[in-house]
Amino acid sequence: MVRVAVLRVPGTNCDRETARAIEEAGAEAFVLHVGQLERGEEDLMNYHGLVIPGGFSYGDRIRAGAVLAARLGSKLDEQIEEFAASNRPILGICNGFQVLVELGLLPGFEGCRAALAPNESAHFECRWVWLKKTGSCDLAIGPPLQAMPIAHSEGRLVFSSPSCLEKAGSAGLIVYRYAKPDGSSADGEYPYNPNGSQGDVAALCNPSRMIMGIMPHPERAIYNWQTPLRLRPPAGLGIFRALISAAERSL
Amino acid sequence: MAPRSQGYKLKIEVWLKEGLVDAEGKTLEEALVDLGFPIESAKAGRVYEIILNVESREEAGEEAERMCDKLLANPVKDRCVVDIIE
Repeated sequence: MVRVAVLRVPGTNCDRETARAIEEAGAEAFVLHVGQLERGEEDLMNYHGLVIPGGFSYGDRIRAGAVLAARLGSKLDEQIEEFAASNRPILGICNGFQVLVELGLLPGFEGCRAALAPNESAHFECRWVWLKKTGSCDLAIGPPLQAMPIAHSEGRLVFSSPSCLEKAGSAGLIVYRYAKPDGSSADGEYPYNPNGSQGDVAALCNPSRMIMGIMPHPERAIYNWQTPLRLRPPAGLGIFRALISAAERSL
Repeated sequence: MAPRSQGYKLKIEVWLKEGLVDAEGKTLEEALVDLGFPIESAKAGRVYEIILNVESREEAGEEAERMCDKLLANPVKDRCVVDIIE
């Protein structure tokens, strides 16, 4: 059976529901503390997939995701490199997306870097938004237009140059973009684009298509009881099913 | 005798790069205007004070730049201003 590791650190607060979503999608989920990996009590290679869940790792001190990225990059860089090189999927949700960007695993192509800057609205955005599928990634299966909840204050994706945004778009790596309810482009317009993200980017995949970061929370769109009546049925499970299918290849 | 390392006090400011909307600065500006201050513009940034044990002022500056690159700033959106105070 596919075993998926869900990483937790001080400040992570979506690990339990992420683990439940993974189990609902048909795999075994294990919540691991980063210290267990550092001390060698756990080995990432015993798992077929990795999720860095949402929350406020290390209290979002300095910059969201920066402290965890520094810790992973200095103490677990070899394990993560080996994991990614063995073509096992890595999914970063919200704070996890911020960590993957800070680590440089996303966007993941030569000459391009990115950052998740504070929302242009200058406040925490906590509500449902519309997402349009505009790319392809092994970690995303779902309808072309779906609603998903967001909860973040640093979600404005900024690329190191406009050509990087173009490159990601033309390679189909911008998996989801914020959209209007009718499926038309948000085109940077608030509140449809909730944070001012360049190109309305809500989720980004690396060129190997096995590492994905997503700002909205698919684990909060699994059951009807999590979902407002007008937005049912929820479509978040597709992301976890896709993660498990990708992870199955390393069984 | 090898030179002894000594503490250099650094002040490192981190600002959003020009051209990016500084939402916190904008909010600050509006709130100060509401309070009746004759504000023309306001920016928000972060400041860190760090005491570093190195052998020279030059090394302190180099280490500060490294700290900016590795942790304190994301060069895609931030710029660092380093001041070696003493």
